[in-house]
Amino acid sequence: MANTMDSPRTAVSNPPVQPMETNLTQRDLIRRSATSELPPPERQLTPVAKLIDVSKCIGCKACQSACVEWNDTNPEVGENVGVYTNPHDLTADMFTLMRFSEWINPETDNLEWLIRKDGCMHCADPGCLKACPSPGAIVQYSNGIVDFIHDNCIGCGYCVKGCPFNIPRISKADHRAYKCTLCSDRVAVGQGPACAKACPTQAIVFGTKEDMKKHAEGRIADLKSRGYANAGLYDPPGVGGTHVMYVLHHNDKPHIYADLPDNPAISAVVQTWKGATKYAGLAVMGLAAAGTLLHGLFGRANRVSKHEEEEAKELVDESVEHVEKREEDA
Amino acid sequence: MSTPASTKHTKLGSEDSIRRGPPVEVVRYGPGKRINHWVTAISLILLLLSGLAMFHPSLFFLTELFGGGQMTRWIHPWIGVVLFISFFILFAQLWKLNIPNRDDVKWASQISDVIGGNEENLPELGKYNAGQKFIFWGMASLIIVLIVTGIMAWEQYFGQLTSIPTQRIALLVHSLAAVAIILIFMLHVYAAIWTRGTIRAMTRGTVTGGWAWRHHRKWLKDMAGRGRIDPTK
Repeated sequence: MANTMDSPRTAVSNPPVQPMETNLTQRDLIRRSATSELPPPERQLTPVAKLIDVSKCIGCKACQSACVEWNDTNPEVGENVGVYTNPHDLTADMFTLMRFSEWINPETDNLEWLIRKDGCMHCADPGCLKACPSPGAIVQYSNGIVDFIHDNCIGCGYCVKGCPFNIPRISKADHRAYKCTLCSDRVAVGQGPACAKACPTQAIVFGTKEDMKKHAEGRIADLKSRGYANAGLYDPPGVGGTHVMYVLHHNDKPHIYADLPDNPAISAVVQTWKGATKYAGLAVMGLAAAGTLLHGLFGRANRVSKHEEEEAKELVDESVEHVEKREEDA
Repeated sequence: MSTPASTKHTKLGSEDSIRRGPPVEVVRYGPGKRINHWVTAISLILLLLSGLAMFHPSLFFLTELFGGGQMTRWIHPWIGVVLFISFFILFAQLWKLNIPNRDDVKWASQISDVIGGNEENLPELGKYNAGQKFIFWGMASLIIVLIVTGIMAWEQYFGQLTSIPTQRIALLVHSLAAVAIILIFMLHVYAAIWTRGTIRAMTRGTVTGGWAWRHHRKWLKDMAGRGRIDPTK
């Protein structure tokens, strides 16, 4: 099977007709939560990426529907509060969400309707995985996909704190964390993500990360030629780059797209908590335990002497006599 | 005919009274405080085990004691609530006796005599020494820090209470406070074992007269002086 590609190069083609073995397995892991000694992966899969061209998005939500369909989730029927964003936030049943922002461009005084498909960015340096205390509940494959293994999830919500993009959600039904899987179960058998497949304008495309960067270059050149001088690719280096990237017409200010972080990185607080605190804390507790044990075994105990017992008895006897004498006098 | 000493104190045999013996014994803790103490102690140990499981991956196996990771995550905060309530009942009863005084400064400045076991060089002490007071206030303040930060990190019910950046700080503070309280817990247990004759104060409720004379002479003299002596026991 020398000609078989290790990952799909596009989301638009039809799925392969021959049965295919899942290629995202334990031996393809490059990171595994709460696991220090992970054997190196047996091979390096080609890094993949999803590219979301915000300038081409028409806000139809076909991606959301495809996501719900493929992952078989059941988002609650919501309420219309006068905006198109629906549901109002990501949930444990809605892994991707079109966020609609109305922004007035101060340079042109034009109203721009910005639509960003929110969801997991599949960071090269994932904060969720760093924060996760449960071995193997979050994994990263060599093709860049960051996936939650729900069987190992304990529902603590540390991934929520670790994520610089505010993506994971804990299900109230089964107390496990959910987010976009980049359709790892499709990619593993040669198919692109459901959202990319459903997108009618190909605002969402999928392929190798290299191809997606090249494709973005063409899109950015086009946008620049049409007056968007700051158009660019959002592939934030603070998290080591991402496997979900955006083409933004205003790449100088990502925050206008429904608070997309300008410079995302794993929070220093999380780094301290999961770095120095974890190791130094364990060391200090271990040393204290060993120290007390050694002193307990070899040190001299603090014992009460026979003499002290007698002193106490004398004191008590005296007091009793004193009380009795006072009662007699009275 | 009962003796004057016992008619004066109808509740003799209760806390802070002397049993004349022989041998002389002193009631240090009544049953209420002992039960309270052990509920707190067991909660603290369970919290320590379940918390450490989520603190460091090498200790994740401790989740098996609680029936797996999901159960550990679920039960840890509830045990915390039990400990908080139980500890603060104890706190309400003990805080007055744990207010630091001048003897504590002297005691603490002569810590080498404490560790060396040369208690004859130390001032006579009331019911608690500075070390015990340190443990008391250390526990009390850390438990407040832990319950506050713990609630902020309690995803199931309070995930929306504070912002995510605040929750990150809460978890960092929670783990640092946990390390600190585990160190204080070790000091507490160690001191109770090292100072022989102490543990019975929390099991049987009594200590020997000699123990009280050696470690808390002012407390013993005060009880004797007020005639809190039960000659019948």
